[in-house]
Formats: sequence, C-alpha cells, structure tokens
Amino acid sequence: MGDDGRRVAVLGAGMHPWGKWGRNFVEYGVKAANDALAEAGLAWTDVQFVAGADTIRNGYPGYVAGATFAQALGWNGTRVSSSYAACASGAQAIDSARTQILAGRCDVALVVGADTTPKGFFAPVGGERKADPDWLRFYLVGATNPTYFALYARRRMACYGATDADFAAVKVKNARHGAANPNARYRTPVTAEEVLASPMVADPLRLLEICATSDGGAALVLTSLEFARRHGHAEPVTVEAVSTVTPTFPQGRLEMPDLATDSAVAVPSGRRRFTAAVVQAAYDEAGVGPDDVDVAEVYDLSSALELDWYEDLGLCKEGEAERLLTDGDTTVGGRVPVNPSGGLSCFGEAIPAQAIAQVCELTWQLRGAAAGRQVEGARLGVTANQGLFGHGSSVVLRR
Amino acid sequence: MTTTASGKTRVPAIDGWFTTGDEPALLASRCEACGTYVFPPGPTWCPNPACSSTAFDEVRLGRRGRVWSFTDARYQPPPPFRAPEPYEPFAIAAVELVAEQLVVLGQVVGDVGCDDLAVGDEVELVVDTLFEDDDHEYLVWKWKPVATGVDGEGRADG
Ligand SMILES: [Zn+2]
Repeated sequence: MGDDGRRVAVLGAGMHPWGKWGRNFVEYGVKAANDALAEAGLAWTDVQFVAGADTIRNGYPGYVAGATFAQALGWNGTRVSSSYAACASGAQAIDSARTQILAGRCDVALVVGADTTPKGFFAPVGGERKADPDWLRFYLVGATNPTYFALYARRRMACYGATDADFAAVKVKNARHGAANPNARYRTPVTAEEVLASPMVADPLRLLEICATSDGGAALVLTSLEFARRHGHAEPVTVEAVSTVTPTFPQGRLEMPDLATDSAVAVPSGRRRFTAAVVQAAYDEAGVGPDDVDVAEVYDLSSALELDWYEDLGLCKEGEAERLLTDGDTTVGGRVPVNPSGGLSCFGEAIPAQAIAQVCELTWQLRGAAAGRQVEGARLGVTANQGLFGHGSSVVLRR
Repeated sequence: MTTTASGKTRVPAIDGWFTTGDEPALLASRCEACGTYVFPPGPTWCPNPACSSTAFDEVRLGRRGRVWSFTDARYQPPPPFRAPEPYEPFAIAAVELVAEQLVVLGQVVGDVGCDDLAVGDEVELVVDTLFEDDDHEYLVWKWKPVATGVDGEGRADG
C-alpha cells in the first residue's frame, strides 16, 4: 500500500456511450462529467480544478478542452488545464489533476475527455506539411494507422508463431466482454469464423480486428484522500501511479508516425519495448509488479496488439501471449482478465476520452460494480495505452 | 532530373531524402561525434541523449536490407496520399539496414504482394513513381525483393 501522500481517490466515474452519434463533443463530455459528479455525490460547484483532454478534430484543440467543459458546465472560476498527448491525452489530464491535488492546491478535480470523429481512417492535418512526420507517412508511403498495427502483427507471426486464429480469438474474447457493457458501441458477440471472413484491411489484419473511430466521452472525479474520508468514503478506489514516460534512445521499434527508427550504432537497443517501459514506470511508482495485477485495460488498437500488451504488462514472457490467451487466462473468469470492458475492439477510439475510459472501467471493476463483466475480487488494476509521437500511458488503481 | 517518354519531368516527391540514377540510395545524416545515423536527414541536434554534437555528415544508407515486417494497403489511404485510378493495393515493408542498425518504412514495388514476402527476406532500394500530375512524375524510394538464389549479406554496398 503506497503512502497517502502519493495517492488520490476516484470518487466518481462517468461516460457517454461510445457510438457514431455525430453531435458536438462537448455534449458527450458534459454528460460524462455530470454522471461522474453524481456518482461522487458532489455538485459542479464543488469542483476546484478542471483538467480537459484535448481532441485535435474540433477546432482549437477541443476549443481548448478544459475551458470548454468548464464553460459548458457554467463558468465558476475554477482553475483549468488542457492536455494534448495523442492517445495518452486522457492520462495526462488525469496526472494534471492528480498533481494539483497532491500539491495541496485543491481537494476536488474533474477530468473530462470527449471526441467526435470522422468516418474511416484517421488522416493527418490538411495542407502541405513536409516537416510533419504524420503528414509525410501518408504522402510518401500511404502508411495508415492499420499499416503499423499490421507490421507488429506480422512480426508476432514471424517471431512467435502467432496465427490468424490467435488474433481472431482476441476479438472473440473482447466482443464477449463488451456485449455486457452498456457504454460499448459494438455489443454483439462474434465468432472466429465471422472475424476471419471479414475483409482484409492490412494483411494480416481484418476489418473486425482493427479498432474503429468513435464518438464518446469519459470523466472522473478525483479528490484528496482526506477529502474522500471526510465525505464518508473509507475505502475509495485510489490512483496509485500515472506513467507518461517517453521512449528511451535508441527507439528500435518503428512507431507511428515515424518512417524510420533510431539508429542503434552508437548506443545498443534496449531489451524492452517502449510500451513495456511505460508500464514498468507505473509499476515502479505504485510499488507493485505483474503478479499483483488482478485486471487490466489495454489499448487493443488491433487484436494482435493486445497480445503485445500481455508481455509489456509482464503477465507472461515474450512469445507466450498466445498461450495465455488460448488458456483463457485473460478472459473474465480467468487468472488475469484483460479488457473486461470489451476494449477498443468494442468501443472504437475516441482519442481524448479513451485513457480516461480505461480508468472508469477499472474503477467500476474494483468497486465490484461492473455488472455482467465483473472480475471477481479484483483489488488492483492497471491500464496501458499508446499513441502517436512517442506518447504512452499507464495508470495503476487499487482498492 | 529526367524526362519520361510522355514528356513529363521526373522529380523527387520530397527533396534531399534520396538519390536517383542507377544505384539510388537513401540520404541520411551521420553524427560526426558518435556516429549515429539519422533518417530522414537534416537534424539540428544528435538524437543520442548522451551526445551534444551538432555536426553531421551527409551519407548514403546501404541499398540492401532485411524485411523486419511487412503488410499491404487494401483500401486507398486518405490524402495527402495520391493514388492512380482505379486504386491498386500495394505492399509496404519495414526494412532493417544492418550496417546502420535502423529500420526504414517504404512501399514495395508494384507487382510484389504480401504472398511474395517473408520476414528476413533481402530487399533492395529502387526509385519508382509515387504519383503523377499533368507535367510531373513524382518519385519515391521503394523496396524490391532481391531475386532468390543471390548471395547477399543484407548490408551496405555503397
Ligand atoms: Zn551524436
């Protein structure tokens, strides 16, 4: 158990269901915020700090998110922050709120992220941007996000003998989990045959194995432990760690949106992937390890990528993720369930909301409130997430 | 700069990233102090955090490498990608250059699909058409499998 000076309480979690609603993202964020406040038993006027996670798809980064949500809820003179860190934006917003609380600058903070997404592949910002690696990868190679997911998937097949059936089995598992989640966008179970019959998008990945782009919103109410206890929460879910570390040179795995890796001629490549280092930093801060984990929410941008995360989380050795999956260890009811929410597979990606949504799910899991997909007796959970430009995050929660 | 049979001028789709001609190569910067290669070229500082050098040599990367991984683009990527009509799927490979110890992504030449590729295969850099407009043919580097039976070490030859 970490010392109280480094932990904050999660008193409320809220979400707007994921979908393709086509409405203003602010609406999703406000709905999620109000649900989180209601769950915490607090009013908007109790909030002293608002941390927004930005979308880049809606004008000024989410109209500069923290302030937009504060205005929508009604200006009340709170301090605000806004975070953009690609897929890790939500985790940076959580960390912003957490550090404000730990620094003693406030007792009650609201974290909000929401997005409205266009149809189809994520595309870069428009114009001619020959200095922008994200623009260049589309221009020079036609490398979409699924291109990178597929490179990693093919690598698993070549290095560890992963099969199409393994990748399909991840989707089948997550679809079964998500069917019980009222906030998930896709709630229909699928069979391996259906997955393998869906169109190939980026060999070896098929349409049903690649995460969609979604609209959605998620919010959390974080408070100091002292405030939580004073308000009758003797044993709240707590944030034990938030990691948002960068890669370490030389970055040897080709990451979005880069066209090349670092060169390892001067400094040897590290043994561990960047994504493993992100998780390790969270474990270190929380003083825990893989054996302590009861449940995990990971960024399954593709079915195959979930298998990489098992190894990055230390749930098994490299090359053993397929066995962990087929043994049923990562299914609800198994040894260490992964993505009981259904994951990105059932949600699709609403970028600034996604890392917050992972924490919402673990909060409900640790409280025993995840009806239909509950991981029995879960006490410690970890999230993992990765996005463009060397961003990643991991959050450890405990009850 | 050359001209095609149809009178179009052939120009690189991006300046300063690769050479053209019989033995085209990617251009990179190499740190004068620690030897780290940087592609694309033109860094201001060395990316090695233990090196504070700002002096770089322009070098050619090895023209051959080993496939680190590969995939294809079954659906047309969004702009700024420009595809000829009708759209033809193409393969993409991430290729490990042994001498420089880095991986470079690129399209694979047109008639080669995923079924023709395997991780570890030796490939060679060529320069080929990326897209065309009325007056120009825009060029980019692509990877081309080295015919099987050829003995190669997958390392720089120039
Ligand atoms: Zn250097």
